[in-house]
Amino acid sequence: MSWLIVLPLLMPLTTGILCLVVGNRPAQRVLGLVGALGLLAAALALLTQVNQQGIQAVQVGNWPAPFGITFVADHLSALMVLVTGVVAVVVALYALAESDAPREQLGYYALSHFLLFGVVGAFLTGDLFNLYVWFEVLLLSSFVLMILGGSKAQLTGGVKYFTVSLLSSILFLVAVGLLYGATGALNMADLATRVGSVAPGLLTALAMLFLGAFGLKAAVFPFFFWLPASYPAPPVIISALFAGLLTKVGVYALIRVFTLLFTQDTAFTHTVILWIAGLTLLLGVLLALAQGELRRLLSFQLVSHIGYMLMGLGILSPLALAGSVFYALNHMIVIAALFLLAGLLQRLQGTTVLVRMGGLYRSHPWLAVLFLLPAFSLAGLPPFSGFWAKFTLVAASLQAGQYAIVAVALLVGLLTLLSMGLVFAEVFWKNPPRPPVGVASPPGLIVPVALLALLTLGLGLWAEPLLALSQAAAQELLEPSRYIEAVLGVSR
Amino acid sequence: METLMAFLVGGLTAVGVYLMLRPHLIQFLIGFLVLGNAANLLIFTSGRLGSAFPPLVQPGGAVLEPYANPLPQALILTAIVIGFALAAFGIVLFFRAEQVLKTLNAEAMPERLGAVPAPSPVDEVREEQV
Repeated sequence: MSWLIVLPLLMPLTTGILCLVVGNRPAQRVLGLVGALGLLAAALALLTQVNQQGIQAVQVGNWPAPFGITFVADHLSALMVLVTGVVAVVVALYALAESDAPREQLGYYALSHFLLFGVVGAFLTGDLFNLYVWFEVLLLSSFVLMILGGSKAQLTGGVKYFTVSLLSSILFLVAVGLLYGATGALNMADLATRVGSVAPGLLTALAMLFLGAFGLKAAVFPFFFWLPASYPAPPVIISALFAGLLTKVGVYALIRVFTLLFTQDTAFTHTVILWIAGLTLLLGVLLALAQGELRRLLSFQLVSHIGYMLMGLGILSPLALAGSVFYALNHMIVIAALFLLAGLLQRLQGTTVLVRMGGLYRSHPWLAVLFLLPAFSLAGLPPFSGFWAKFTLVAASLQAGQYAIVAVALLVGLLTLLSMGLVFAEVFWKNPPRPPVGVASPPGLIVPVALLALLTLGLGLWAEPLLALSQAAAQELLEPSRYIEAVLGVSR
Repeated sequence: METLMAFLVGGLTAVGVYLMLRPHLIQFLIGFLVLGNAANLLIFTSGRLGSAFPPLVQPGGAVLEPYANPLPQALILTAIVIGFALAAFGIVLFFRAEQVLKTLNAEAMPERLGAVPAPSPVDEVREEQV
């Protein structure tokens, strides 16, 4: 019994409630940062314990496993929670310098911590119905964050985000209900022991329902249209938080469900996932190339790179899954850095429309370096963490003989580099079309972006520890017996 | 009974999906409520129907056979509460959207407005040349 699992949940919950109670702005800002640091510390402690003692499980209220509420932390959950903490700290630092008074008064800090509460809960829960509830916790906070301030763009984006999320929620609820009807269980470990008795055709149909529900949340191929319509609308502190965390919760749920429950007909289900991955990769990057506005372009890049994470899941070998996990962790850092940087550029130039920007290399050469670090990491150039993530995935696909997806992955890497190069040429090299209208950026905004950029460089140069942890996570995912034993065996 | 419920759930789903595909946001919201009820009935039915005793056993009493499955009701209760919260938020959101955007027709809502600027560089250049 380890109460360390509940600590990353309690941190954002307490911070959120305290922020609501305090009400006073400067105090909320301090609380917001302290809460995020607390989450990071708790996540580090949890990962250390998981790494030393294996999978941890807690039965809330001491109800034995299949009946009570279970929280489980294996390597995958602990790593995701850790990077959530990193993104939370950096966004809190950025928010400190951004100082968006009206939104802070409307409860930005409380809401963002409730959002983190939902995200961490979804990563740590061991029960399918609770996963639904955690999804709703994070969705409701994200709805409010999305429209906080109520500008026209935010409301149109918010309506789209809200309607699509409702649809995916109902789909998820129906899938959970039918799976419960077929097996009589909701605890994921308990389900894993029982799915064998379900008729294979029925189980595959259920798998497709779950693929649809989580695919909508992860914004994969047929369902990605809502993301670029809504993510660029809110201010950058909010869209960076969304881009870093929300789609990864969908990816996490897909990885969890399709390694633990639906592994009986991998020839069909995981081939479908592989097709979806390839189409997501290609369409996302092609649409990104067609964009003329930086945050929409980044949103399409975000969609495209979800494909890499699904690619590893579709191949389902230890190396491929490790690549997926590593890619998800690396991408959370990189995309958050790029979104925050877009906010910084908007501050400097007064716009994020590419043709109206320009000439920043002359005035801010260091900013150009700061852009290139995450941009190269996104494209997968060697010294950065993105390279190792892609390298692992490509190596695993070659081992599995999936040459088509290798070709797509490499082509998309090249197109990403092209897209990022175009942005660099437009924003930094081109002569400015008119005198810049923006204000000087305080160093407080540059520090968080620099932290993330250095982190992706550091993870590239010392990839070994994180890669080893990802491999441990993949091992656990492919041998569900350890997960099941940790949940059902520890119960008293 | 199960067959009857299956038809009811199917009918409600059809109505809900039809309404959710309508462009008007109020119709969408009503569609969501209908579809939410269909999902709840589905969970209720998949937990097996029948006239059984509630699973309440007195201290020292014998276990009742057959007893009703309490879990679907707990799940539906949670789902109903969440559905209410979402519907309430949706009503307020659509009210604000109507105030600010002057329309409740999703198709009439522009893709990008205000803070999120024009779609392609070509349009931008054309705009500046004019």
